[in-house]
This record gives sequence, structure tokens and C-alpha cells, in this order.
Amino acid sequence: MYSLEHQQYLKNIKRHKFFIRFTQILIIVLLIAIWQLAADFELINTFIASSPKEILKTIVSLYSDGSLFHHIGVTLYEVIFSFVVGTVIGILIATLLWRFKFLAKVLDPYLTVLNSLPKVSLGPIIIILAGAGTGSIILMALFISVIITIINVHQAFMNADPNKIRLMQSFKATKSQIFFKLILPSNFSNIISACKVGIGLVFIGVIMGEFLVSKAGVGYLIMYGSQIFNLNLVMTGIILLAIMASLMYYLILFIEKRLSK
Amino acid sequence: MLLSVKDLRKIYHTKQNEILAVDNFSFDLKEGEFVAIVGPSGCGKSTILSILCGLDKASSGTIKTSKNLKFGYMPQGDNLFEWQTIFKNCLLGLEINKQVTPENKAYVKRLLKTYGLEEFENAYPSNLSGGMRQRVSLIRTLATKPDLLFLDEPFSALDYQSRLAVSDDVYKIIKKEKKSAIMVTHDISEAISMADRIIVLSNRPSKIKNIYEIKLTNHSTPINNRKAKEFAQYYDLIWKDIDYHV
Repeated sequence: MYSLEHQQYLKNIKRHKFFIRFTQILIIVLLIAIWQLAADFELINTFIASSPKEILKTIVSLYSDGSLFHHIGVTLYEVIFSFVVGTVIGILIATLLWRFKFLAKVLDPYLTVLNSLPKVSLGPIIIILAGAGTGSIILMALFISVIITIINVHQAFMNADPNKIRLMQSFKATKSQIFFKLILPSNFSNIISACKVGIGLVFIGVIMGEFLVSKAGVGYLIMYGSQIFNLNLVMTGIILLAIMASLMYYLILFIEKRLSK
Repeated sequence: MLLSVKDLRKIYHTKQNEILAVDNFSFDLKEGEFVAIVGPSGCGKSTILSILCGLDKASSGTIKTSKNLKFGYMPQGDNLFEWQTIFKNCLLGLEINKQVTPENKAYVKRLLKTYGLEEFENAYPSNLSGGMRQRVSLIRTLATKPDLLFLDEPFSALDYQSRLAVSDDVYKIIKKEKKSAIMVTHDISEAISMADRIIVLSNRPSKIKNIYEIKLTNHSTPINNRKAKEFAQYYDLIWKDIDYHV
């Protein structure tokens, strides 16, 4: 049993945590309430600013004609596919760059240029290359996410503890032993960080792609909504995206927790 | 003779110039001997160790070893892998050399047991104290059954008290397992308290300035050795050799 002071201390921590969570929820509730009230009292133009009720109605109608989960599914598929492929490609290329220092030095300026290039400008080329379909969307997401994954992961690989590397070399370890026994496991948390950055960029890429070419998906909903001037649909799309993106982020956090146990 | 080094010379090349790091370095190591190499920081002590254990190439000179001599190298810090259990950590060298046999595993377990780490076999390094971590690090090196240990400033990451305790600990293990050792350090008292022989190096380029046979009355463990009456005399001599300038 803890002392009274310690119990108090634990209680305070709990209370503090609760208070943070409470304030977080309060903010979102207030925002929605004010938005709705402003719409009800016609302080804002609901045609342009929409309203929570209208958004809910839009979601319900999308749900009842069966297209809600279709659009979400299409976008999620594109996001997850691009994310997995992008992460794997990113780590593979970072590994090659770690293994072959010459290659890393040669490619350095190209990576820098590609990283700073606004990838959206590649849109027309991507469409010509991959056609006006899912392929283009995934390619766009890959272009946006892979470069930064490569740079981040490679950076992390290069920062491995030189003393540990020397230790392994003293045991006559091969390069691949050093990689699989030291470099890769020691950079677990860095790879997770790269994933967190990557998932955000993949979302940007997928929505960008869906804006350019698509017949379905949340990005398509937003684009379509703006073209027919249905701002309810646009807002709905944005809210759906916000929910999906944060769910994906928490999914990575969850995986991180599970794996690091 | 376990190891015989003759006229070792090492030149480092940088864009600006070339640096003669080690010159004219010769010495012999007897079996079971504990030799310390001390010198001013940046003088190339660690370079010599890297060359001796094959991590670095000498520019010229010869290194002769007795047949089938096996090295164990311990770099600065304990370098434990945080994501592996203590037992797994100890198997690192064996895994790399594909020697994880039941006998070797049993040997590692015996070492862990002998040195009081049995109950931590399945713990992770973060649950161990600095001293225990250092002991694990030593067992990991001993697991591959080396005849000769190279210690490169092994305790420099530890605070002063732990350093005394850990060097005492490591010394006892090395002696008990009947290993020879070469230790590089910048800590003069650590060298006197542990070594049978001390090689004092000069500033760059490192040349041997002096070699001292350490003969202490009531020679025992490092912590006790610090109380020997000759301790201060050796300290004085070596301090003058190192010629330290602020």
C-alpha cells in the first residue's frame, strides 16, 4: 500500500489526464454546437459553410444509397496499398544506399531535387504513364511519400552506433549480419517515425490523385461536390478524410506499441 | 609469447595532409599478462588496438601471434542491444560465427550464473545497473572463448564510483577465466591498479615513451592495489611521462 501522499500524487496525475481529455472533447463539441447554432440563426450562409446537420444528412444519404463505404473503401484501399508499397520500397532503397555508400553519394543530389520538387507537377506525366485510373493515384501517392521515406530511413541507418558496428566487426560479422542484427532492429522506432510521416504524405498523394483522375473515393466526392457546388458534400468529404487519417495514424501507434512489447 | 608486435606504423590520410598516428611501436605480450596502454588523449592508443584486433590496417610493421589465437574486442561502453534479452545479447558473437551449439549455450549460461546474472537471463538491458551491463558485455565477449581481450577505454562511460567497482569486477573475471588482456585507457590510476605492465605513449605520433613493470606490495584486486605504497610513485612517473599541458 502506498503512502497517502503518493495516493494523492497518483490521483492528481489521473485528474490531470482526465482534464486534458475533457477539454479536448469540449472543444470539438463547442465547435460543432457553435457551427450549428450559427447556421440555425442564419449568421452564416449554410450554402457555403454547410452545417453539422447537413453534413450528417449527407452522410446518411450516402449511406442509404450504398456509396458511402464504397468511396471510403476505394480511398482506404489506395492509401493502404500505396503506404505498404511505399514503405517497403523506401526501406529497400534506403538499405541499398546504406550498403553501397558510392550509390548514396551519387544519388544524393537527385534525391534532394526530387524531394523539393512539387510532385503534383508530375500529375500530367503520371496520367499519361499509368492511365486515368487507380494506377495513377497510387503512383502519385508513391512519388510523394517514397522520397522522404528513403531520406529519413537512410539517415537513421547511417546514424547507427559506430561502437556497436565495431563490436560486430570484431566478431567478423558480414554486412548483412550487421544489417539484420543491428541496423534494422536498432532503428525500429525511426522506421515507425518514417511511417507516421509517410502515412500523412500518402493521404496527400491519394487525394491529389483522386482530384486529378477518379471515378470514386473521398477525393472524388470532394471534387464532384465542388463542381456541382454542393458544399455539404465537400465538407462531408473533408470530415471523412480527417477521421480516416487519424484512424490510420492511431493504427500505426497501436502497431508500434504491440511490436515494441 | 602470445603476441609480438614489431615496428608498427600507421599513417592517416586526410584531404589536408597525412598524419603519422603511430610510429615505431613494438612490444611482446606474454600469456596471462594484463597490459595497459596509456597516453594523452588523441595520441592513437585506440588506433593501435584497432590494428591489433584486425579492424584497421597498419601502414607497415608486423604482428605475430601464436597459432589459433582468438581475440575478443570490447569497445567503449557496454554496447548491449536494448531490444534483446541478456541471454540473447551474450549469444551475439556465437550467432555471428554460427556457433550456437548446445555446449556453447551451456557455457554462456554457466558464465551468467558464475557472475551473478542468472536471474537476469531473460531481462532486458534497461533493467540492469551500469555495472551489471558491463559484466554482460564482458560475458558476451568471453562467450566466443577468446584467449586475448582488447579493452578500448571500456569504462569511460561510467561515473567514477561505478568505474572503480566495475573495473574491479571485470579484472576479477578476466583473471578467473585466465585470459590475457590489453587495455587502452587515459586513466593513469586505473592502469596502475589493473595492469601487470604499462606502456606509456607519447603525443602524436605515438611512440613508446616508457614501459613499466608494475610491482605492488600485496598485489591483489584493483581497488586494493590503489592502497599500495608504490601506487603514488608509479602515478608520478607516468604523469611526468605523459607531459600533460593544458
